[in-house]
Amino acid sequence: MNAPPKTARQPDRVAKARAPDFQGLGLNFVGLVAGIAVWWVLTASGAVGLPPPPDVARKFVDLVANGQLATDIVSSLARVLSGFLIGVILAIPVGFVMGWYKVARSLIEPYLQFFRMIPPLAIIPLAIVTMGIDETPKIFVIFLASFLASVVATYQGVISVDRTMINAARVLGAKDLTIFLRIVIPASTPFILVGVRIGLGSAWATLVAAELIAAQTGLGYRMQQAQLYYDLPTIFVSLIAIGILGLAMDRLLLAIERRLTVWQERA
Amino acid sequence: MQQKIVFKNVTRRFDLRDNTFVALDRFSLDVADGEFITVVGPSGCGKSTALNIAAGLLAPSDGEVLVDGHTVDGPGPERGMIFQQYALFPWLTVRENVEFGLRVKGEPAARRREKASYFIDLVGLGDFADALPKTLSGGMKQRCAIARAYAVDPSVLLMDEPFGALDALTRVQMQDQLLETWSRERRTVMFITHDVDEAVYLANRVIVMAARPGRLKEIITVDLPYPRTEEIRLSTEFTAIRNRVWHAVYHQ
Repeated sequence: MNAPPKTARQPDRVAKARAPDFQGLGLNFVGLVAGIAVWWVLTASGAVGLPPPPDVARKFVDLVANGQLATDIVSSLARVLSGFLIGVILAIPVGFVMGWYKVARSLIEPYLQFFRMIPPLAIIPLAIVTMGIDETPKIFVIFLASFLASVVATYQGVISVDRTMINAARVLGAKDLTIFLRIVIPASTPFILVGVRIGLGSAWATLVAAELIAAQTGLGYRMQQAQLYYDLPTIFVSLIAIGILGLAMDRLLLAIERRLTVWQERA
Repeated sequence: MQQKIVFKNVTRRFDLRDNTFVALDRFSLDVADGEFITVVGPSGCGKSTALNIAAGLLAPSDGEVLVDGHTVDGPGPERGMIFQQYALFPWLTVRENVEFGLRVKGEPAARRREKASYFIDLVGLGDFADALPKTLSGGMKQRCAIARAYAVDPSVLLMDEPFGALDALTRVQMQDQLLETWSRERRTVMFITHDVDEAVYLANRVIVMAARPGRLKEIITVDLPYPRTEEIRLSTEFTAIRNRVWHAVYHQ
């Protein structure tokens, strides 16, 4: 209560804080170059039995030229996005229902807590036996991973909406439906978006592992094949592709999150 | 004068694990139309309970509250409420916050805009109409909340320690501004505070409450003219009334 009187912040100061941090970006780049240099030195000296950067780069060019990398990326992304989207689209209404109706929460929560404790990959044997070895089991496992992460976040968001804010809307004449649409949904958006991001992360992790077990295309499958032929550069290219794609998707969601929650007070 | 708010033997009990807590015990009070009353008392005296019952956010265990002769049964836009924590909708701008209640009422956009502009100017936030709440200071947030409550044209304003979270200087400025707004847009005000100075400075009558169980203790009439000024605040008459209220609150 003893905080010093705050004055209104000027809009231009907010804008300045948003300006890109060139020094930080420069250091990021230096770190990246140094890492590749260390990798090069270690592999060229024969200290570790890994392929040096030029071999990996050459393999990358090959895989791009023969279209294999693009095919793998497309099939991996198609799987992850379909599982992820189904998961999120189902998780948000289920999370809202759980947060809004206590009965629904009590009915659903035990299952949620139980399945959250099972790593999605542990479902794969069951999924393959019951759903065959085509796309369905893989998408199902990804769906499960993203659904569980998003549903918990959504429902946490709904139950943590400030009661005073709901009361403020009620004294302004708002009824339940209006409160739900205009207060509960926007107020829980930050929670939901965090859940969606976690969901995408676990979907991506699950996908690659699922492809290692049963697939005919995809980045995980490609690595599994390369392992049989001791083709280390292909494994490296696939790993780097997995990392970059995961990072790109995460950054994209982060940007969307920032945009949708500019109104939030940040420390 | 016509009675605006009538508390009739209002009792509110809360069931605890092994006993019942009486938050408010047979509270009766008549508030006249256009009157500004403040309610002071130690914590646990039931002042917020009484206010929440009048707002319709809490049901009485016994008794009833009448506003304009109608029994209160749930919240309604004719009773505006202002909270200590501001309770602005942070994803909406100042203007959108003020328009919220009008939008719920289904008023057309042009009228919404016109009314919102009027009340935003009235509380002195004209330059911040398109700002998000996060860019406002505490005092400005509360002014926005006051404009939002006024916009739906309530006949009663219920204020629950609205300046409790502000620093001492801002608090005094807010008191003057609230009285200024109230003099131009006269409403019946019931204002909860734990600050004796604030209670006397704002009110026609100060309602002093006692705790355990929460009940009405004394009603002290503030026989000072409006507009209230710094002179009045520093006058001997003010001090005398302030001392009476202080005594009633702290020597129970």
